[in-house]
Amino acid sequence: MRGAFGRRDILKLALATFALLSLAIPISRAADNFIIVQSTTSTQNSGLFEHILPIFTKKTGIEVRVVAVGTGQALKNAEKGDGDVVLVHSQPDEEKFVADGWGVKRYPVMYNDFILVGPAADPARIAGMKQAPDALKKIAEAKAPFASRADDSGTHKAELKLWQQAGIDPKASSGSWYLETGSGMGATLNIAVGKQAYALTDRGTWLAFANKDDFKVLVEGDDKLFNQYGVILVNPAKHPNVKAKQGQAFIDWLAGPEGQAAIADYKIDGQQLFFPNARPQS
Amino acid sequence: MLDLSQAFASALRQIVTLDSQLLQIIALSLKVTLTAVAIATLLGFAVGGVLAVYRFPGRGAVAALLNALMGLPPVVAGLIVYLLLSNAGPLGVLQLLYTPGAMIIAQAILITPIVAALTRQTCEDLLEEYRDQLRSLGASSAEMVTTLLWDGRYRLTTAVLAGFGRAIAEVGAVMIVGGNIDHVTRTMTTAIALETSKGNIALALALGMILLAIALVVNIALMSIRRLAAHFAYA
Amino acid sequence: MLEQTRSLVALDTGAPSAGHVLPLELRRLSLETGGRRLIDSVDLKVEEPGITVILGPNGAGKSLLLRLVHGLVAPTDGIILWGGRPMDDEIRRRQAMVFQKPVLLRRTSAANITYALGLRGIARSERNSRARQALELAGLDRHAFTPARVLSGGEQQRLCLARALSLDPEVLLLDEPTASLDPASTLDIERLFIGAKHRGIKVIVVTHDVGQARRLAQDVIFLHHGRLIEHQPAGRFFDHPESDTARAFMAGGLVL
Repeated sequence: MRGAFGRRDILKLALATFALLSLAIPISRAADNFIIVQSTTSTQNSGLFEHILPIFTKKTGIEVRVVAVGTGQALKNAEKGDGDVVLVHSQPDEEKFVADGWGVKRYPVMYNDFILVGPAADPARIAGMKQAPDALKKIAEAKAPFASRADDSGTHKAELKLWQQAGIDPKASSGSWYLETGSGMGATLNIAVGKQAYALTDRGTWLAFANKDDFKVLVEGDDKLFNQYGVILVNPAKHPNVKAKQGQAFIDWLAGPEGQAAIADYKIDGQQLFFPNARPQS
Repeated sequence: MLDLSQAFASALRQIVTLDSQLLQIIALSLKVTLTAVAIATLLGFAVGGVLAVYRFPGRGAVAALLNALMGLPPVVAGLIVYLLLSNAGPLGVLQLLYTPGAMIIAQAILITPIVAALTRQTCEDLLEEYRDQLRSLGASSAEMVTTLLWDGRYRLTTAVLAGFGRAIAEVGAVMIVGGNIDHVTRTMTTAIALETSKGNIALALALGMILLAIALVVNIALMSIRRLAAHFAYA
Repeated sequence: MLEQTRSLVALDTGAPSAGHVLPLELRRLSLETGGRRLIDSVDLKVEEPGITVILGPNGAGKSLLLRLVHGLVAPTDGIILWGGRPMDDEIRRRQAMVFQKPVLLRRTSAANITYALGLRGIARSERNSRARQALELAGLDRHAFTPARVLSGGEQQRLCLARALSLDPEVLLLDEPTASLDPASTLDIERLFIGAKHRGIKVIVVTHDVGQARRLAQDVIFLHHGRLIEHQPAGRFFDHPESDTARAFMAGGLVL
C-alpha cells in the first residue's frame, strides 16, 4: 500500500532516535563503584583532591567523583539527593543540614585559614594588620575596591561575618567599591587582580592560583580567619539512591589516620595547605 | 601579566606530546557533541520537514517558537535538564546526572531547534519550486517531507554544521549537568573554565586554540563534501 | 524531422477513445480570491478525444483553469466532472501534468522517472524498464545517468514529458510547455504529445501562441478575464471566430 511508505519512514526515524538515545545511557552505566562528593570550588582549585583521592581509590577501589560548586549549592544539591557525601566549610550550615535530617552526622576533617590579599600598592594601608575586621573597616573608609564572591559559599559567609564584626554593611556600596562577583574563588580572584581590588580567599586556593600578578598576602593569622571543613554522609533515609556504604567508607578513611596523613602531606612550594583535625573515633 | 607566546608554546607542547589527559578531554568533547548532533539532526530534520509541509492550526506559532528557541541560553538548557535528571526530579531514577549521557541530552535539546528551524526554511524554499509538481505526481505530505529532505541534503549540511558549532562551543549546559568531574565529564570547554578559574590563563588559551582547530577541521571536511556535490550540480 | 512533424499534424486523429475519462464538464466554475473573480462562471464540455487547446492573452486565467481541472486548486464555486465523476485524488492519479518551467529533482534523469513511478506504487523491478522506455521515447536515453538539472532547457522539458508519459496517464495536461524554448525544442515537445494523442491519451494544452494552437488544436477554448468567450472546433474557430476579442487576439493586437 502506497500510504504505508510515509508511515514506515516515521517509524524508522523513531527507532533510530530511540537507538541513539539508548546509546547515551549505557555510556554512563559502566562503573557503578563510585560515589559523588559535592564539594566547594576552593577545595578543588587548591588541588587537594588530585592528591588524596587516588590514594583512597587505590586502597578501596571506590572511584570518587567530585562536583565542585559553592557551599550553598553543594548543600542544596545534597538535599535533592544529587550526591552521596558533602565536604564543605560552613559549620552553622552543616549543622543545620544534619539537624534538618538531610545528613547523617557531621565529622570535622581539616582546617585552613582565610587571608586578605591585595595589590602591592595597598591603597587602604592594611598590610600586616592583626585584626581582619579592622582591616575591612579601613578598606571601607578608603572606598578601596573589594571583590566579594557573593555566591552563598563558605568563603562568602565567612567574609560577611567579618564585615558584621567590623560593623559595616558593604552591600550598601555594592557596585561602587564593593564588587559582588557571584562567582567561585578563582574567578573572583581573577576579577580582583584585574580590578586591583582586595579579596578574602582561603590560603589553599591562593597558593595554587597562577594569576597573582603583584598581589601579596596582606592580613593573616587572626583567629577569626580560621576555616573549618566538615564532611557529612547524605541521609539514605531521605534518598534511597545514596550509596551509604561506600560514602561512609570514604568518610571513615578521610577522618582516619591514612586520610588525615594524606591531607597533611599535600604541599605547594613546600607550604602545607590544609591541617587535619578530625577527632579520633571512639 | 599574560604571556601569549608562552601560551602558544604550551599548546604546541601539549599537542605534540599527545598528553593523555588532553586526549581524554578532547575525546569526550567530540563524543558528547557528535552524539548530540546526530540526535538533533534526526529530530530536527523531522520537525523542520513536517513544519514546512503540513498545514495545521498553530503552525505559525510553532515556527515562531522554534525560531525563538534558537536563542535558548545553554545555561538555561542545562538547568532544565538538571532539574529533570536530579534525584529530586521526575527522571532521577535514570541516574543520568553527572554523566556524559546527561550532557548529550542537554546539548541535543540545545541544538535541535537550530537544526529544525534551518531545515524548515530550506524545505519551504524547495517547496516553493516543487509543491505543484509533487502534488501533481501524487506525493502524500509524508512523502513530500522525505523527498525535500533528500533533495535539500547539501543545503541541510549547513544546518547540521550550525548545530555542531553551537554545541562544541558551549559550556553552560555541560557544566551544570555534567559537573566537570575529572576523567568523567570534563570537556574542553569546562576544562577551559576550570583552568581560567585557577588562574592558568595560558593553559586555558591553549585549550581554546585546540578547540578552534577541531571546529575548523570539521567545517573544512563538510565544506569539501559540499564542493564535491556542486561539482555534480546537486547543490 | 520538420517534415515528419508536419505530416503527423496533418493526420486526422481517429484515435481509440480516452473513454471513461471524458467528457470533461465544467459547470458554473468560479475561483474568487480577495474579491476578484479570477475564473468567472465557466460552463463548458469537452467530449472529443485529441488535443484541446486553451488559448487566450496573458492573465486570462488559462493556467488557473488547467490547475483547477487537475485538482491542484479548489474552486470557490461550481463543479468539475470527469466522465460524470466529481474531481478527486483518484482522478488526478489518472492524469499527468507538465508545467511551464521544468521541475526536476536533484537526481539523475532516470531517477526522476523512477521516483514518480515509485509514488504510483509501481514495483521496483518494473520501474527501471518503464523509465528506460520513456527516456528512449523522448530521445534522452543517453542522458539516463546525467544529473537532470544540468540538461538544457529543452532536454529538461522533454524529460518532464517523458516522466509524465511513463505514468501511463489517461489525460495529459500541459501548461505553456514550450513558452521558453527554442523552435527545435518546441517541435520535439510537440511531437511527443502528438504521439501521446495517437496512443489515445486526452491532451489539453495551454498556450498563448496562436501558431502553436493552429498546428495542434482539434478544438479551442478561448478565455479572457477568466471568462469563457468561445469553445469551438479548431477549423471553425480559426476561420470564423465569433467574438471580437478572439478576432483581435488572432490579428495580433493587444487585447485588454
